[in-house]
Amino acid sequence: MKFMMIVKSAERSGRPPQALMEAIDKLGQEAVKAGTMVASGGLAPTAVSTRVRLSGGQLTKVDGPFTEAKEVIGGYAVFELKSKEEAIEGAMRFMELHKKHWPGWEGETEIRQIFGPEEFASKA
Amino acid sequence: MTATDTHRAIDAVWRIESARIIAGLTRIVRDVGIAEELAQDALVAALEQWPESGIPDNPGAWLMATAKHRAIDHFRRNKLLERKHEELGRELQTQQEMAVANFEIAEDGDISDDLLRLVFISCHPVLSTEGRVALTLRLLGGLTTDEIARAFLVPEPTVAQRIVRAKRTLSEAKVPFEVPRGPDLVARLSSVLEVIYLVFNEGYSATSGDDWMRPALCEDALRLGRILAELAPNEPEVHGLVALMEIQASRAGARAGPGGEPILLLDQDRARWDQLLIHRGLAALERAERLGGALGNYAMQAAIAACHARARTAAETDWRRIASLYDALARLTPSPIVELNRTVAHAMAFGPAAGLELIDALVSEPSLKSYHLLPSVRGDFLFKLRRFAEAQTEFERGASLTRNARERELLLDRARACAEE
Repeated sequence: MKFMMIVKSAERSGRPPQALMEAIDKLGQEAVKAGTMVASGGLAPTAVSTRVRLSGGQLTKVDGPFTEAKEVIGGYAVFELKSKEEAIEGAMRFMELHKKHWPGWEGETEIRQIFGPEEFASKA
Repeated sequence: MTATDTHRAIDAVWRIESARIIAGLTRIVRDVGIAEELAQDALVAALEQWPESGIPDNPGAWLMATAKHRAIDHFRRNKLLERKHEELGRELQTQQEMAVANFEIAEDGDISDDLLRLVFISCHPVLSTEGRVALTLRLLGGLTTDEIARAFLVPEPTVAQRIVRAKRTLSEAKVPFEVPRGPDLVARLSSVLEVIYLVFNEGYSATSGDDWMRPALCEDALRLGRILAELAPNEPEVHGLVALMEIQASRAGARAGPGGEPILLLDQDRARWDQLLIHRGLAALERAERLGGALGNYAMQAAIAACHARARTAAETDWRRIASLYDALARLTPSPIVELNRTVAHAMAFGPAAGLELIDALVSEPSLKSYHLLPSVRGDFLFKLRRFAEAQTEFERGASLTRNARERELLLDRARACAEE
């Protein structure tokens, strides 16, 4: 089963501490070694982002930053895992690092399963 | 957290940590069977204690520490036994003292080496193929006996017995817990790769009505392959196998129709191929190629798969490259099936006459005598050359040889089409 982990936090949290970056890097390397992490990435600030929106039959293009959003997506990772529990355990470990290395930081990791052929098959 | 939640969380922790724990313990106790029992003891302790105490901050370290305490108990028990039976002698005692001393090293030592040793011992040639597969999935994949049984469509006691027998064989044969070196390495590595690819193919052959544990074997094999690629980064064939599996897995969503009927590679909707897996597969193939030397069997198959993966439409396929890769593959690992595929590649690259010339050399091949694809493929070449009467005979022959009803229908349809020309 594939899962996407989406990390959200307030955009103006400032630069993450070096120790956190190193710890996340280590955790990521461990996940690669364990054969579980298949993709990951950090996202550029919303200041250089654009939204294309369809609403009321109208397409609109809005450039960032999106100041109204309390929390924005800062990064993602895709894991191939055996169960959702394994995904939760992984997200817990990821967030523990933030707790330890970045006091006061608030945010969340959302765990979303990516549907694959097996999920479609089980529904058929 | 409810007790059920805790149990699920423990399951997940076990899945993540068990291989490393068993690997570390095996180095200490020098016996895979005992190591696994000790690790299981630690798991039982977690199942008893965590629902009360909560999950510890570092659950992996907790399990490892608990298992090590059990290991010490195990040595003490053995020591008592030793006093009772003096014939066991000094040798064992020295071994045990050394092993206890090893605990300290184990704390900081690189667990990767232990994991790699565990891979090699689980896939040791002294074991039967079934034994290797079961032990590898159990010790490295973290699967339960029940899960392995469901995945391979065999009764659970059969799998349990395979595992018990495998552990006993390793113990009796005194197989050392080490990474093979020199000329031994090539043969031992190929045994490991064979086990992983066998697991993958078992999963890949699952059909839509199967227990989900079966297709999940593909992911188990991929995970094992990716782990191995990190443990043995300088072995091109490891990357070759990973590349082959990633690319094959990328087509999982496209290779069956809504009714479960198989869709041939060239007819698949390429938009349904998983681009992430293709990307990973091509990257793994590049790693294999960068390591230099001639491509091995898996890397070569991966290179063929990559030609398909790179083509945005079936018409864009680089058949000349595929034909030359099959030429090389047929030289490296000659087999009638490879030869047959080679004829198809040549027909696609250079026209049906070229294919026919090659396939005619195969007609006398005894192992292909009752293989329905030989007349089916030959019939296709003849049809394209507008030799309809001969093609019809071949399609009818193919239909009489296949045991698959759907395939028989298809071949009879093609035979009828010949008659109408």
